[in-house]
Amino acid sequence: MRAPSPTDIAAGEVILAVENVSLGFGGVKALTDVSFDIRKGEVRAIIGPNGAGKTSMLNCINGFYHPTEGRITFKGKTRPKMRPHEAAAGGIARTFQNVALFKGMSTLDNIMAGRTLKMKRGFFWHVLRYGPAMDEEIAHRRSVEEIIDFLEIQHIRKVPVGKLPYGLQKRVELGRALAMEPDVLLLDEPMAGMNLEEKEDMCRFILDVSNQYGTTIALIEHDMGVVMDLSDRVVVLEYGRKIADGTPDEVKRDQRVIDAYLGVGH
Amino acid sequence: MTDATLATRKPFLSEGQRNGLIAGGVLALFIAALVVATQTGTITRNDWIYKIFVDPFVSMVDMPDLLVQTVWEGFVAGVLYSLIALGFVLIFKASGVFNFAQGIMVVFAALSLVGFYEFLTLTMGLPPGFVAAIVAMAGALGIMFVLAVAVERIVLRPLVNQPDIIMLMATVGLTYFLIGFGEYIFGGSPKVMITSQLGLPTGSTMLDFAGGRINIQHLDVAAAVIAAVMIGVLGFFFQYTRIGRALRAVADSHKAALSVGISLNQIWVIVWFTAGIVALLTGIMWGARSDVSFALEIIALKALPVLIVGGFTSIPGAIVGGLIIGVGEKLGEFYWGPLLGGGIESWLAYIIALMFLMFRPQGLFGEKIIERI
Repeated sequence: MRAPSPTDIAAGEVILAVENVSLGFGGVKALTDVSFDIRKGEVRAIIGPNGAGKTSMLNCINGFYHPTEGRITFKGKTRPKMRPHEAAAGGIARTFQNVALFKGMSTLDNIMAGRTLKMKRGFFWHVLRYGPAMDEEIAHRRSVEEIIDFLEIQHIRKVPVGKLPYGLQKRVELGRALAMEPDVLLLDEPMAGMNLEEKEDMCRFILDVSNQYGTTIALIEHDMGVVMDLSDRVVVLEYGRKIADGTPDEVKRDQRVIDAYLGVGH
Repeated sequence: MTDATLATRKPFLSEGQRNGLIAGGVLALFIAALVVATQTGTITRNDWIYKIFVDPFVSMVDMPDLLVQTVWEGFVAGVLYSLIALGFVLIFKASGVFNFAQGIMVVFAALSLVGFYEFLTLTMGLPPGFVAAIVAMAGALGIMFVLAVAVERIVLRPLVNQPDIIMLMATVGLTYFLIGFGEYIFGGSPKVMITSQLGLPTGSTMLDFAGGRINIQHLDVAAAVIAAVMIGVLGFFFQYTRIGRALRAVADSHKAALSVGISLNQIWVIVWFTAGIVALLTGIMWGARSDVSFALEIIALKALPVLIVGGFTSIPGAIVGGLIIGVGEKLGEFYWGPLLGGGIESWLAYIIALMFLMFRPQGLFGEKIIERI
């Protein structure tokens, strides 16, 4: 069903490698010596109990945080202190645990904002709305409309996103990330707070993104059913350390993972 | 789909319309009662109620030329208030910082312009006139750009993600730095704005109107036109350009803007520079009406009621708020001021703002803050 099979993944090219990353805030250690890789085209899940450091990990990858130790290699390049807009320019897009949208702007403008980096024409052309800038705007608008069709949100195109229900906001946020045509898409709990139906829709979109666009996806999710269905490989974090890494089946059988989730009898 | 719209019956009138209707009705009844009471002699000319509610309106109708003159002066003052408020709104929208230094930026920009002009004509030997004024203008714009970059580097970047109150205090600090720095470079004495050298008209015209004459300063007309053009350009820029979209995005959510690849640092420089351009134009207009001196700095405080009336995040709000405050102040001073011994212009704006805070705290055009629970 999915385009790349597990064996393809194992042989696949590493697009993003996290090596011995530690992250501390003062005395608190959010991450300790975490290493894993993300291969091209796979859906990689990051799971773990609350406070395990999953979101901190994503924040390191897209440059919101800078690891105190270790390094992150993206597309063969290691940058000591990558800033968020540099990560975005390099092809990393993300969504947030608590949706971060431009609430006063329409769905369309939100997704257009995702094209910011793709727009090359100078500022003065845009002010004049003439010639090449107009062609550019139209071309971008076209690809944004494709995303809107893909996510089935045509009916809310002009609605300010602040007015939308939560499930739709999450979908618009995904749309904005997709508009960046990213190489790696980071999804922080894309299904949090959704009902079953919305979750199913979101799963479908994530799989479609993976299949149709071949986008590499790293996602944080709490719903185990979703994780097992969607992902090719799973990293498990607990208290900022990696405790398991493998296919969903391997991880499910791992004793440390079972202990972490169910608790150990003392 | 989960977003099915629930079929609910629309109420006949929205809440706002209903409130408006009620308020209008009460007002109409009040006016009718006043008219009846005055006609029947229940209220005489010496009653306070007559002096407050009837007399001013009678004199407005009796002497329409004075009314028009007063409204025009209020309008002109309002345009200038709008310009200052605009500088605040630009920065507040994009960085959530209430820029206390906007007032001193107006002074600093105007001083740079005059200072450059003096330098060019006196030291460099350029002939005084339009060319030198334009070169000085370019120089002043350059200084505002340098200031924008410096503020971003030295103040905003190290303080990113700090609470709003710290950012506010930082701009207070910036204010005092600019006062000291400005006095060090340009000296403390007031300077004369290079109005005619910049090609701005200086004369005035008397218009005959309804049996009286109205005096209109050409400079005021020019100020209104320039302000209108600039506001139009800014509005267009915000609504339709890539950078405008990025600015609105930053205003809404910093982290989301970062995640789509918008560089906050670049946006902040653009915003502060834009606010600097607005400050320069404001400085020219204010400077042309009085002198360019550090006393102008207090006009920043006049922007506060304007922002409360118009809303902190809205460009149209800054304009409409400025006009309401400007016209309201002048009308209040002229028609009601004598009742209180005059001089109410200095505080009336704050009372108007207080009324707005009670009934419409987000201002006329501000975003109503709705928290989803």
